[in-house]
Amino acid sequence: MHKILIVGEHDGKALNPATAKCVTCAKGIPDAEITIAVLGADTAGPAAQAAALAGVKSVLRVDRPENLHPLAAVFAPQLAALAADYSHVFGPSTSFGKDLMPRLAALLDVGQVSDLMAIDGAYRFRRPIYAGNAIVTVEADPSRKLIATVRVASFQAAPAGGSAAVESKTLNVSLPTHTRYVGAKTGSTDRPDLQTAARVISGGRALGSAENFKMLFGLADKLGAAVGASRAAVDAGYAPNEMQVGQTGKIISPEMYIAIGISGAIQHLTGIKDARTIVAINKDGEAPIFEVADVGLVADLFQAVPELTKLIGGG
Amino acid sequence: MQKIMVCIKRVVDYNVRIRVKPDGSGVILDGVKMSVNPFDEIALEEALRIKERGANIEVVAVSIGVADTQQQLRTALAMGADRAVLVQTDAAVEPLTAAKVFLALAKKENPDLIFLGKQAIDDDANQTGQMLAAIWDRPQATYASKVEIAADKASITREVDAGLETIEVDLPAVVTVDLRLNEPRYVKLPDIMKAKKKPLEVTALEALGVSAAAQLRSVKTEPPAQRQKGVMVKDVAELVEALKKKGLI
Ligand SMILES: Cc1cc2nc3c(=O)[nH]c(=O)nc-3n(C[C@H](O)[C@H](O)[C@H](O)COP(=O)(O)OP(=O)(O)OC[C@H]3O[C@@H](n4cnc5c(N)ncnc54)[C@H](O)[C@@H]3O)c2cc1C
Ligand SMILES: Nc1ncnc2c1ncn2[C@@H]1O[C@H](COP(=O)(O)O)[C@@H](O)[C@H]1O
Repeated sequence: MHKILIVGEHDGKALNPATAKCVTCAKGIPDAEITIAVLGADTAGPAAQAAALAGVKSVLRVDRPENLHPLAAVFAPQLAALAADYSHVFGPSTSFGKDLMPRLAALLDVGQVSDLMAIDGAYRFRRPIYAGNAIVTVEADPSRKLIATVRVASFQAAPAGGSAAVESKTLNVSLPTHTRYVGAKTGSTDRPDLQTAARVISGGRALGSAENFKMLFGLADKLGAAVGASRAAVDAGYAPNEMQVGQTGKIISPEMYIAIGISGAIQHLTGIKDARTIVAINKDGEAPIFEVADVGLVADLFQAVPELTKLIGGG
Repeated sequence: MQKIMVCIKRVVDYNVRIRVKPDGSGVILDGVKMSVNPFDEIALEEALRIKERGANIEVVAVSIGVADTQQQLRTALAMGADRAVLVQTDAAVEPLTAAKVFLALAKKENPDLIFLGKQAIDDDANQTGQMLAAIWDRPQATYASKVEIAADKASITREVDAGLETIEVDLPAVVTVDLRLNEPRYVKLPDIMKAKKKPLEVTALEALGVSAAAQLRSVKTEPPAQRQKGVMVKDVAELVEALKKKGLI
């Protein structure tokens, strides 16, 4: 049997869907027994949601005031204490998991496997390198603890239907005070979440201004889609950083991805490889985005987008 | 603030189209252009800007890699680093090993800040800075898009999935940088000439008491699954038809 600890991600109220995807990944390990740890100031809500995921054996709550914000320097020593009983510790490859998991691995003096995309055995995995232009199969030493982040775009969320036991843990771990949370600036949340939306519309440099970029929101609203952006569009200030899709932005796997005025640089394509259907609108027929698009339209976006918005959903 | 250490990795240039070796033993590196990891250029640029604002700060560029990594360190010196240290090895170095090497250097150099890239664009690991901060037992501020220094503290704005987050850390600290922190300067010819005279020290990895032994074994490397080439439609009406046929709208 392999005892797997998953580090749950949440915002104090709800469990992030990335955690349910980690559960599906963990189920790929032979004879997996899955535990989810949730750290926070009050984790009652997220812990209950974690316990309801099918296939989860138990949930550990670690509530203390210092855990109000997920600071890696504060979480890592607590997880290092919890990890003692487990052969594998998984976290999501979200900004939360990517920040935290290597700190945990180093405290345990083990390496980390980043971005698991497929499980070939308890200690054998596939992961992307070179912005997804190569896939490497790696084997880890079974005599060591295995720490990994899970490429969440590669896995479906585990369904609900479980009823795991929830246990509150008190850890006797002293925590550093050298790192302090100051504040956050987050985008509006009335739109579908980019990382979990079934449909995503992204705009690139071609939009030309923040004002023009807004035209994508009309189309997105009609489709119930989330909105993303290329790095060029974010750098130019047309869209905020949390909208960036790609190697250094978000890696997403929607049912449908519509790229508008995006050339299709490899760093951008890294983020959308797992989209079921890719649609591209670009005025340059030679743009690399058309090499990966399932449906391509060579057109000026300033004509095509308003027309598309009108035609979809009956005007 | 007296000293800033910046970790500079030699990687395949980001414009190179990567090809996998037919025997699956890795990617083709022969004759491929090598450069400073783009994030590390941004890390160095930030260190230089802090130096240019303050007085008397030494910027030390450090790297772990093959002998030819001296080229990338010369680039760092040309950008404005004061001196460089190459920890030479032919081994492929895992992030935990790199972190241990940087810890050994940190103990020798006593920097107030260590800047790294958020990830190396070859292994895409996104680990080294966090690991270094852990074993150095110091704060980490990853994915920085803004860095403000005030005496013995730094206020760092971080790019996170939800937007931007600001944290405050005590120095010394480890900072890993994201793309929007700054735009690195171009190196000018006279700077390249000047860089040739700047000190570049080379030491063997073993001399630092760190083992390069790997914990992970690469079994094989494959190209990613290719997407099927799709269809081109001639106008918006056809596009809508195509999407309807696929059941997408
Ligand atoms: C280390 C590193 C990491 C990176 N990470 C990312 C990342 O995470 N995400 C990302 O997106 N990029 C990333 N990049 C940047 C990437 O290389 C490209 O520069 C970027 O994706 C280009 O954005 P774009 O397609 O919007 O702009 P461009 O490449 O300028 O393309 C604009 C496109 O719009 C088309 N166009 C212009 N006008 C119109 C019009 N009126 N109608 C229709 N089409 C029009 C043009 O034909 C062109 O194809 C990264 C780069 C580096 C070096
Ligand atoms: N061999 C190395 N030499 C110099 N810097 C390195 C090396 N390996 C990692 N780094 C630094 O660590 C960062 C993150 O790398 P990684 O964890 O491999 O994605 C890089 O951007 C570099 O700043």
